[in-house]
Amino acid sequence: MPEAAPPFLIYLLGALIVPFLRGRFRQVFALAIPVIGFVNFYLIDKGVHWKVDLLEFELILGRADGWSLIFTHIFTVVSFVGILYILRDNVALDLSAGLLYAGSAMGAVMAGDLITLFFFWEMLTLGAVLCLLARRTPSSGRAAKRYLLVHVFGGVVLLAGLVLHLAAGGSTAFDKIELSGVGPWLMFLGFGINCAWPIVGAWLTDTYPEASVGGLIFMATFTTKTAVYVLARTFPGEPVLLWIGVAMAILPLFYAAIENDLRRVLAYCLINQVGFMVVGIGLGTPLALNGTAAHAYCHVLYKALLLMAIGSVLYRTGKSKATELGGLVRSMPVTCLFCCIGALSISAPLFAGFVGKSMIISATASGEYGIVFLALLFGAAGVFLLAGIKVPYFAFFGRDSGLRCEEAPLNQLLAMGTIAVVSLLVGTLPHQLLYPMLPDLSVSYEPYTVGHVTDQILFLLSCGLAFVLMLRAGWYPAEIRATNLDADWLYRKGGPFIYRLADKSLNAINAAVARGFLGRFVPGVTNFFESGGPRLACFVMTPLWAIQRLTPEETDAARHSVFRRAKHGAFPIGITAFFAVILLGLLSLLMRF
Amino acid sequence: MPSPKPSPGGKSAPPAPRKYFKLLVAACGFFLLLDLVFRLTGFDKHPYLKWEQWPGFYGIGAFAACILLVTISRFVVRPLVKRDEDYYEKSSSEPGGKSDA
Repeated sequence: MPEAAPPFLIYLLGALIVPFLRGRFRQVFALAIPVIGFVNFYLIDKGVHWKVDLLEFELILGRADGWSLIFTHIFTVVSFVGILYILRDNVALDLSAGLLYAGSAMGAVMAGDLITLFFFWEMLTLGAVLCLLARRTPSSGRAAKRYLLVHVFGGVVLLAGLVLHLAAGGSTAFDKIELSGVGPWLMFLGFGINCAWPIVGAWLTDTYPEASVGGLIFMATFTTKTAVYVLARTFPGEPVLLWIGVAMAILPLFYAAIENDLRRVLAYCLINQVGFMVVGIGLGTPLALNGTAAHAYCHVLYKALLLMAIGSVLYRTGKSKATELGGLVRSMPVTCLFCCIGALSISAPLFAGFVGKSMIISATASGEYGIVFLALLFGAAGVFLLAGIKVPYFAFFGRDSGLRCEEAPLNQLLAMGTIAVVSLLVGTLPHQLLYPMLPDLSVSYEPYTVGHVTDQILFLLSCGLAFVLMLRAGWYPAEIRATNLDADWLYRKGGPFIYRLADKSLNAINAAVARGFLGRFVPGVTNFFESGGPRLACFVMTPLWAIQRLTPEETDAARHSVFRRAKHGAFPIGITAFFAVILLGLLSLLMRF
Repeated sequence: MPSPKPSPGGKSAPPAPRKYFKLLVAACGFFLLLDLVFRLTGFDKHPYLKWEQWPGFYGIGAFAACILLVTISRFVVRPLVKRDEDYYEKSSSEPGGKSDA
């Protein structure tokens, strides 16, 4: 059997070559990369591969175990459908960005040490920034800068934590780390920034809706899920994660309910679902950790499907806001169908979400975490109401916006169809397809019990009933074109404020220094060294000239002569020798004492 | 591409789907009844927490959660956080945001 190559290498090489190709050849090549990635994936044996020595560190580029393989698998699936989805426009930047992003994410999850992880962690940011720039609008350019700002900050926090961790005697091993001391806490926070924790995660809903139509598929998959993977590896069972996860599962929903941009609604719901995974990591039991991996896998599927469906709407109509959309089922019936499958995949039986998320909820129910259990149920109801009902309803049904457009292009429909089929297969055959990939195979879980299925159907129908009744009663908040303040205010308004503060204070110091130092002190010193000597000489010579009874004109001429000679260093040798003798005499006198 | 009819300030909520409303209510009723039967007969239910033993817990819970979520969003969160649509863009044209060009 041929040897497997590091997955990231295939993707990064592909990303480098794509810009040099043209036309159909580029399309075929770009799509071939994930296909090669897929074949390569099945050649990877469990174990540690591809070790490289760098200085005194041993870098491990491939650690293949349950955790890394399930994440690499879903990343490979998304890289394929993502590339297929953006294939039609055949833009080198978009294709390269997607491949680079996917390769970085696979490099990060396959990393066996913290230094390799850090390297790919930073590359993820590059991929995301390219996906934002690929939208090619002024506001996406600004969003890319904000994204870069936040993630460079996060990277510095992580690097500082890593250095302190190593300095305190910690190892570079990418395994469970004790959350004590400044280093591990900084690393914890650095991971949390990418994981979109409350407050520090405001970058996500700020920038994601600015990404290109296809770029968002990659963004919604790689950054946060890599962060979930890293947290599950390094800080499993950390109680504080439980409450961070609960906050993530609940708080964004209140924003999603009043948000107008449907892609931003999905971004808020993404944080909610990542919150479930963080709760699973916080619980740290084998079932909960399996649930985190399974939910990450399934979540990526249906989030990608929903974002693709709304992305196709944006692609065809140029609009993604609820106030501008509605009734598109007439123009885009197939996209609408896929959007509904994506919505059902969130948690309906027979679809992916049902077999993944319920593991985490069951894990909280079987422990002593009643409040967490209730919070997750609230989160599950909310996300179905908003991502599952609100998004398809406002885009494809509801008030007819009058928009008429073509159905999504074939490649986008194929991409959505692929994900829909995978979601259905995973949902119906979890024991064959999903559960054998989970990290801990000793845990058994059966999602399809009669009680669970009927409970879940009742749960989802009740969400639907609540939505319809609220619409009929006029209770559901009208969609309004507005900006809703979030923690991104801190850097979007705070940043310019600090800029102005720094401008006023530091630039004032700068100006004062420029005036005082450069304007007065430096010319003074220069003047002293340039004309200090001859001035002193003139000061000594003036009485001598007076004794010689020189006229004022002759005195002036003598003074000019001194200045000229000082400037050119051209005093007669006799005078120089005379002063040298005096100097030596003074020195010999000093030596006597 | 035809221009969309702008909704008047977004004030008019889209009409609720009437056709399937009765079906939805009937389905909810059916599964609620099924839940009651299962509770009474003790069939295939393994409640871990005391709330789960209440009949119709998942139905009533989800319904209440949705109402609570929307109500808080509408009457608490929106008045607190709502700003003009160009809230951030306005500031970026000011001198402080000139680096955003």
